[in-house]
Amino acid sequence: MFQSGVFEKNRYIMKSKLGKFITNLGIDVRLLGMIGALIALWVMFDFLTGGRFLTPRNLFNLSVQTASVAVMATGMVFVIVTRHIDLSVGSLLGFVGMVMGTLQLHYLPSLVGPGHWSIWIITVMAGISIGAMVGAFQGWIIGYLTVPAFIVTLGGLLVWRGAAWWVTTGQTVSPLDATFNLLGGGSAGTLGATLSWALGLAATLAAVAIMLASRAKKIKHGFDVKPKWAEFTMGGIVVALILGFVYLMNSYPLPRRAAERYAQANGLEIPPDGLFISHGIAIPVVILLVVAVLMSIIANRTRFGRYIFATGGNPDAADLSGINTRMLTVKVFALMGALTAIAAVIASARLQSVGNDLGTIDELRVIAAAVIGGTALSGGFGTIQGAVLGAVIMQSLQSGMAMVGVDAPLQSIVVGTVLILAVWIDIIYRKRAGV
Amino acid sequence: MNKQTPLVELKDIHISFGGIKAVDHVSVELYPGEVAGLLGHNGAGKSTLIKVLSGAYKADGGEIFINGEKATINNPRDARAYNIETIYQTLALADNLDAASNLFLGREIMTPFGMVDDDAMEAETRKIMQRLNPNFTAFSAPVSSLSGGQRQSVAIARAVYFNARILIMDEPTAALGPQETQMVAELINQLKSEGIGIFLISHDIHDVMELCDRVSVMKNGKLVGTQKVADVTDDEILAMIILGKNPKKKAPA
Repeated sequence: MFQSGVFEKNRYIMKSKLGKFITNLGIDVRLLGMIGALIALWVMFDFLTGGRFLTPRNLFNLSVQTASVAVMATGMVFVIVTRHIDLSVGSLLGFVGMVMGTLQLHYLPSLVGPGHWSIWIITVMAGISIGAMVGAFQGWIIGYLTVPAFIVTLGGLLVWRGAAWWVTTGQTVSPLDATFNLLGGGSAGTLGATLSWALGLAATLAAVAIMLASRAKKIKHGFDVKPKWAEFTMGGIVVALILGFVYLMNSYPLPRRAAERYAQANGLEIPPDGLFISHGIAIPVVILLVVAVLMSIIANRTRFGRYIFATGGNPDAADLSGINTRMLTVKVFALMGALTAIAAVIASARLQSVGNDLGTIDELRVIAAAVIGGTALSGGFGTIQGAVLGAVIMQSLQSGMAMVGVDAPLQSIVVGTVLILAVWIDIIYRKRAGV
Repeated sequence: MNKQTPLVELKDIHISFGGIKAVDHVSVELYPGEVAGLLGHNGAGKSTLIKVLSGAYKADGGEIFINGEKATINNPRDARAYNIETIYQTLALADNLDAASNLFLGREIMTPFGMVDDDAMEAETRKIMQRLNPNFTAFSAPVSSLSGGQRQSVAIARAVYFNARILIMDEPTAALGPQETQMVAELINQLKSEGIGIFLISHDIHDVMELCDRVSVMKNGKLVGTQKVADVTDDEILAMIILGKNPKKKAPA
């Protein structure tokens, strides 16, 4: 398939020893290149900021800042793979955020009681439903009325930004429900040390189990499998990455005041040299990880995902194979809408308020993340992990430049240039790899 | 002569695109174990006619009978339900996917948990390729990286794998070298002996004379005539294609 084709894609670098090593491991060269670029970027910023970039504190913030765009970027992969585009996600994020803010501030408290535990659940459910419906509607216009996605979602960009203003006639909605705010990952909105380790261990076990099951299945069918050492190396890298991430997030302590509040609430004594209480993994990052895993499963293991890639590769062939490509378009845009709503939850909860400009130009950041992550605008190619990594690269670039003190206009110039450069490199890579 | 019920009977099919009559009241039949050729210039309407049967187009009028019973074919899924398989001239492959994904596109093998079972599909693909084209080994490559002949064998495997009873081949040898053309010819004879009915669309007279039992010639959307290949010469067929004249008025079935 599009990912297990790695062996063929890698054939042009197989001549070298390093190439053979990578091929044995079964890693996508493109992904490896992106990881390399990210590491280079991080090291550069760490050097330029005098060691302030690669700290638990900054990487924690980076992870939280990336979550909203990365969630949407996973959906944008499907949209772009099917040869469409969605320019409306930023405005839709604003609109759904505004509706959710109004709902939890003005309507639900009088309905279920102020501060009721169910407020955040009802709000999130309502938001996701609205997002999915708006997406499905736009998808219907694109699929069944055959208006180009560019036009429909360009219209949507204006429509939903206007609609967001209309909800409160431009007033900012604040404060939001306390439980809802946890979804944005403030100092309270994290898993804490113990839960983070538990999640890390569960993820480790799951990853190892999946690798073993996949190998067993391939052997059962009599296919070639990777050499054992390659399997162990890959497994080791994955486990190290998961546990390393947990360790990093746990190394960032709560600020003194927050730690004292936490100690008081839990009846702990504060030792004289201060209290070390870990943040752990932020809740929006947990949401992103769950979304990314589910989206990867959809992409690689379901009929829906298979049809998305088939349609992107050759719409006529998909049609002739009996795939309802119109309905597929509706579903892809509905999914994009639902993910936009989840991003709206994260974005508004992080700011603990909804302003009229929430999500402005997010559509461009989302598209850039997907494209930097290797999604081809000509359709048919793209991966979820690539898009998430693309979002991390974009956010690292922006945060890093802000920390270094680059002027805002220059930041835009750099981000724009990097986007074009990334796509150009991708085109060269595709030509050489023959895919 | 042939008292059998036709496997397929296309009756009085007509379809027009914006005032142009692409297929103008054409009727053709196909019997089990028979190869029926459809000949004509580019734009004569042969592909359009056959796409009505494969579900890619919907006819403006006319009827389709399968095994003597009236059939309704509104889309490619309906056609597949009648065991009609099509090898399109364009091959209709998703270039970004591998052979197994293409072979099973729209009919994936699923695991008990409702996930696509790529390994099982690859295993099945290996089996059928062993039969059709033993040289085929690029199972994990996207089909865009395959040669014309290899791509063709993926398209053929897709049609053959699902136990087609009616096979439509649109210019199956157009993109192939001599050796691969020979392979397709052998396959057609093999399928024929299994009782499968084949519609073979071509503009190559030699293909048709060699492989077909009967041949129908179309020109400007109209059926010029249907002849038994054994009863006509190359020149007579050529006259039908170019002049649109049927040398023997009666077309024996």
